[in-house]
Amino acid sequence: MAHASSASAGLDTLPRLLARNVAEFGDKPAYREKEFGIWQSWTWAEAAEEIEALALGLLTLGVNEGDHIAIIGRNRPYMYWSMVAAQMVGAVPVPLYQDSVADEIAYVLDHCGARFVIAQDQEQIDKVFEVHDRLPGIEHMVYLDPRGLRKYDHAALTRYQLLQEKGRDDGDRAELDRRRDAQTYDDTCVMLYTSGTTGKPKGVVLSNRNIIETSKASSEFDHLRHDDEILAYLPMAWVGDFIFSIGQAYWTGFCVNCPESPATMHHDLREIGPTYYFAPPRVFETQLTDVMIRMEDAGRFKKWLFHHFMAHAKKVGPDLLDGKEVGFGDKLKYKLGELLVYGPLKNTLGFSRVRVGYTAGEAIGPEIFDFYRSLGINLKQLYGQTEASVFITQQPDGEVRSDTVGVPSPGVELKIADNGEVFYRSPGVFVRYFKNDESTASTKDAEGWVATGDAGFIEEGSGHLRIIDRAKDVGKMADGSLFAPKYVENKLKFFPNVLEAVVFGNNKDYCTAFLNIDLTAVGNWAERNNIAYSSYQELAGHPQVLATMQSHVEEVNASVAQDPMLSGCQVHRFVVLHKQLDADDGELTRTLKVRRRIIEEKFADIIAALYDGSATISTETEVTYEDGRKGSIKATLEVRDAQVFDVQKVAAE
Amino acid sequence: MNDISGGNYTTADGRKIGSTLMEMKNITLRFGGVIAIKDISFDIHEGEIRAIIGPNGAGKSSMLNVVSGFYNPQEGEVWFRGSKRPPMKPYQVAQQGIARTFQNIALFEGMSVLDNVMTGRLTHMKAGLLSQMIWKGKAEKEETENRELVEKIIDFLEIQAIRKTPVGRLPYGLKKRVELARALAAEPKLLLLDEPMAGMNVEEKEDMSRFILDVNDEFGTTIALIEHDMGVVMDLSDRVVVMDYGKKIGDGTPDEVRNNQEVIDAYLGVAHD
Repeated sequence: MAHASSASAGLDTLPRLLARNVAEFGDKPAYREKEFGIWQSWTWAEAAEEIEALALGLLTLGVNEGDHIAIIGRNRPYMYWSMVAAQMVGAVPVPLYQDSVADEIAYVLDHCGARFVIAQDQEQIDKVFEVHDRLPGIEHMVYLDPRGLRKYDHAALTRYQLLQEKGRDDGDRAELDRRRDAQTYDDTCVMLYTSGTTGKPKGVVLSNRNIIETSKASSEFDHLRHDDEILAYLPMAWVGDFIFSIGQAYWTGFCVNCPESPATMHHDLREIGPTYYFAPPRVFETQLTDVMIRMEDAGRFKKWLFHHFMAHAKKVGPDLLDGKEVGFGDKLKYKLGELLVYGPLKNTLGFSRVRVGYTAGEAIGPEIFDFYRSLGINLKQLYGQTEASVFITQQPDGEVRSDTVGVPSPGVELKIADNGEVFYRSPGVFVRYFKNDESTASTKDAEGWVATGDAGFIEEGSGHLRIIDRAKDVGKMADGSLFAPKYVENKLKFFPNVLEAVVFGNNKDYCTAFLNIDLTAVGNWAERNNIAYSSYQELAGHPQVLATMQSHVEEVNASVAQDPMLSGCQVHRFVVLHKQLDADDGELTRTLKVRRRIIEEKFADIIAALYDGSATISTETEVTYEDGRKGSIKATLEVRDAQVFDVQKVAAE
Repeated sequence: MNDISGGNYTTADGRKIGSTLMEMKNITLRFGGVIAIKDISFDIHEGEIRAIIGPNGAGKSSMLNVVSGFYNPQEGEVWFRGSKRPPMKPYQVAQQGIARTFQNIALFEGMSVLDNVMTGRLTHMKAGLLSQMIWKGKAEKEETENRELVEKIIDFLEIQAIRKTPVGRLPYGLKKRVELARALAAEPKLLLLDEPMAGMNVEEKEDMSRFILDVNDEFGTTIALIEHDMGVVMDLSDRVVVMDYGKKIGDGTPDEVRNNQEVIDAYLGVAHD
């Protein structure tokens, strides 16, 4: 196979891979985008011409080797071409999150010292203009969509297509060739800013070696082929999209499809029917909820058909996918189900052709995961981060489970530190943080081991990695056993009725929890059972709701008890909070992650009640309304005791 | 500031305003004994955004209906593109290049967004009935061309995601946008908008304002609009006509109108002694 050869064959930069693809698959589609209701496509040869024209255009603007070019926009072929064109002229592409506010953009543009910006539309151009005064380094901006920009001063502003034309007419081809030939395997390929939940974003420098070695290894791991199709809809500034839509696409030569607009994504997904697909858990979750709601509205026969065959799929589907032995009758019934239920359902979801599907980013609920697997969709989990060029561990075909993140990816070494933190070393490990040697040194040691910040352990027997929590959140109970709040919280949150959970117990004798009901799910349940309520608070305190929550907590306790290491994390007492934890009140981050310290301070009285044995607690909480006004709500909450399970007893059963 | 009442100038933000596109001369409209419009004259320049405002019952919608040819005034003349317009049926006015949206949305609820917008192209379809029935030759080619234009408008107004959705299922704000799309599909010289922001929330109003400005900017379409929301009117329009009880009480730039004592009285009310 042609791909077996690697850097030695000169395939050590993306422009060189592009040239290889033009030679091998020149007339095959490289990019598709739906525009004006029709899928427009570009072959590898056409894409290469477009990229070259843009690169020549960038030369006419005076781009130097080593310059940073910021790229802001949604997934469109033109924006992907900008990245490769930047590499072609020896510059470093820096993709930015398109929903960043002007200040965030200003920070990144200033930090990387970008001289040029390629932006998708007026919205992005306006954001840069807004902070232009603070950024004397910005020399020229290029935009793709001219709408609304006609009247802008074009002294330092050029339309993408015009720049390409200029490049075609006046570009210095000899200079372009010289720069393209001068690049090496260890030159910077791309710089990606980590989203920065803690502190300012850091610029992760990834070399050609990082990207190409990773793309090669991961493509081979999943047997990706040049006739695969992917849908590019995740943010371009995210490392995953760079690896999937550029790294792997260039290494294997598959086609990248861009949706018409973010709102049409599901429709476009169905039309394209990707064979290789990635989505964060919440996308799968939303889709499953949609299916379930629509099934609720279906006729009685259809409902029966669906539930009957889904129950069968749940029984044998995963085994069939893993290639395990399944009885002949079951196999036959599954085939019938495929014809009647699974096939049409997969078609509706856009998953008819998915050969390899991944989810990552956070824990996925086992029910959700199993639902897709039982339909015959090869959904797997991976664990990665920007600093690793994505891949740290992934699940091989046939060894897929919802509670692990898989075995080390090819070329990756793992080790677990004494405090449980996971370290890795691989060819994909980033070069450095841009202009931040201190962070580089504290993250990556001299031997190339990188700290993930996550705590986990390698499961005996299978060799799979299991992530339990952020390392800094993992603590010890008073009796010395491991305390991993997020592990328990995730299990609680897998129940549709539970929106948010916060578990306490560090240095305490036992664990306790706060729960938030999911108003949609619980409200729906109340409606169906003729339970009247006038407010969130009243619903959250309803005895039947509390009983349901208690059963959820006990179910989680039973499942936690099965794990000897984490059995101390069972929830002994809990309250269902009278208000939803909210970012406006500072209880959650803007990305909806729980802020433990603040919650511990704010609800100190309730936590005290969880540990002093009282049955109820009266409390008053300050809330911030959306318009910034403040108010307060008073409530008397019931503290419930949940049944806990004995480890040995469960093990003995 | 130079005088802009004669047209042919460039706005502060660089748009070119041409000469008179439409002129209303001494229009009077009566319904039986009720005088809805009394001796009103004003003009609309090519490329401008012209607003008609006034309190409830001032005769704004009647005025727009005169412009669109739905009402024929008893007195006065309507001049469009340099010639006097005889009394016409609404479809003839549409053929002249005037399109409109309605205060309370007049779409085909059971049809998809795409089909609704396609109806805006009707005046541009020339193929005969037979050709359309057998779907050959001219009819097919025409449909493709028209669809292409419609798709550009769908893209422009960012309604790709609801292309195939029946209009009846859409929320109010989106219906308004679909109506605008249908009006634009007619490629009008003059676009009439009857309360485009009525009943919208702040965000929807901002979106709609953006679209109106972009339509004017991108396609050079002349726009005449009726609007209640004073803030919106003042931000959007180049010139404003103010009506009260069927009479014109003000005409000029938003600033001029805002400082006109008669206008202030009409809106805020005055003590009658």
